[in-house]
Amino acid sequence: MSVWQAFIELIKRDLRLAMRRRAEIANPLLFFVMVIVLFPLGVGAEPNLLERMSAGVVWVAALLAALLTLDSIFRSDFEDGTLEQLLLSAQPLSVMVLAKVTAHWLVTGLPLLLIAPLLGMLLGLKQEAMGTLMLSLLLGTPVLSLIGAIGVALTVGLRRAGVILSLLVLPLYVPVLIFGAAAVDAAASGLPVSGQLYILAAFLAMALSLAPVAAAAALRISLS
Amino acid sequence: MNRFMKWFHKLGSPPWFYRFSGRMLPWLTGLFVITLAYGLYGGLVLAPADYQQGDSFRIIYVHVPAAWMGMFVYMVMAAAALVHLVWRMKMADVVLISSAPIGASFAFIALVTGSLWGKPMWGTWWTWDARLTSELLLLFIYLGIIALHAAVEDRQSAGRATAVLTLVGVVNIPIIHYSVVWWNTLHQGTTVARLDGPAIDPQMLWPLLSMAIAFKLYYFIAMMLKARGEILARETRSSWVRELVGGA
Repeated sequence: MSVWQAFIELIKRDLRLAMRRRAEIANPLLFFVMVIVLFPLGVGAEPNLLERMSAGVVWVAALLAALLTLDSIFRSDFEDGTLEQLLLSAQPLSVMVLAKVTAHWLVTGLPLLLIAPLLGMLLGLKQEAMGTLMLSLLLGTPVLSLIGAIGVALTVGLRRAGVILSLLVLPLYVPVLIFGAAAVDAAASGLPVSGQLYILAAFLAMALSLAPVAAAAALRISLS
Repeated sequence: MNRFMKWFHKLGSPPWFYRFSGRMLPWLTGLFVITLAYGLYGGLVLAPADYQQGDSFRIIYVHVPAAWMGMFVYMVMAAAALVHLVWRMKMADVVLISSAPIGASFAFIALVTGSLWGKPMWGTWWTWDARLTSELLLLFIYLGIIALHAAVEDRQSAGRATAVLTLVGVVNIPIIHYSVVWWNTLHQGTTVARLDGPAIDPQMLWPLLSMAIAFKLYYFIAMMLKARGEILARETRSSWVRELVGGA
């Protein structure tokens, strides 16, 4: 089996597994919506205030929702031994990691992106900024999954990995948050956004090339 | 090169490191006391008061060296992480994990002194100044490294997992720093006159440099002491440790 075939097969397998447990796809989305709903309840429902905060709030909520789902990238495969088989297979582990992250993003990141405009609307985000919101999430959420994969790979062998995972990963998420929210903010004020989006794209290119290698190295350590 | 490689291999041997650090420690401590004494006396007594900030600028003699050390210790840790992953050198692992709490304390000291300095100067304990924010994120990264090392039960994989995380962090720290700088200039602009604008008077500069060296020496002393303890704990069963403690 060529590397490419293995890559596609692994994505298909992960998607098929995800489709059999649809509730697990819905839960992070529900979390995303609830966090967004908490903000107006907490800070007050003044339209001006909400509009000013909307870009940042949507991005922070997306980031937390992404964080919540990270553990599922490797957890179940670790528990049933599939991960060890992947390690032993003839295919390069970093490519397999990339396949798993891709499948994970399709299941968790993409739905997030699709409902984000709805939530932006709830917070009064301007219409002009909706396209940028989706574009920035399209570029940003894969970076979150890729960086997160390193953290999960490091902690997959631990019993209570959840809190430690967020400690490891959240500081590394800061640049994505800054540029993602800044792009949406700029779009809402009618400013050009190409700069921020290019930087997000650069983060994505860098994460795509480096993170699978780091995550593969981390998996080898966790499973040794 | 050959001699260097030989030294490099020796450094990887715990008993050699133990003896070497034992010989180095008195010298380092002596130098540390001298530079610290000069730095403190020069900074707190000899240096003139600042024409704008009065005496409160003197906290610079702790704040700035601590902030520098926050970065410096991380660089040492990243180098140790690389050595550990590439050459599987046991000592690199010991250096890495002995350094992490020291680096975290330096970052913490930089934050606390920055905050104490900020109160009289800027009128607030905390501003989302780019440097303070990235120092805070650096502290979080340190704490993440320490937490990961504490969470993995197997000593060996704990060391290697920590090394991977340290290297991931070293790629990210410049990105985080510049993102925060960019974010800060976008959101609020620099409202605060930074100290580093005007050229600093030599009478103030020399004690500062002396303090910077003292902090570096302190780091090496503290790291070696921790590393020595760690070595003894790890090699309890080896013959040289038994000889050392005089047990049978």
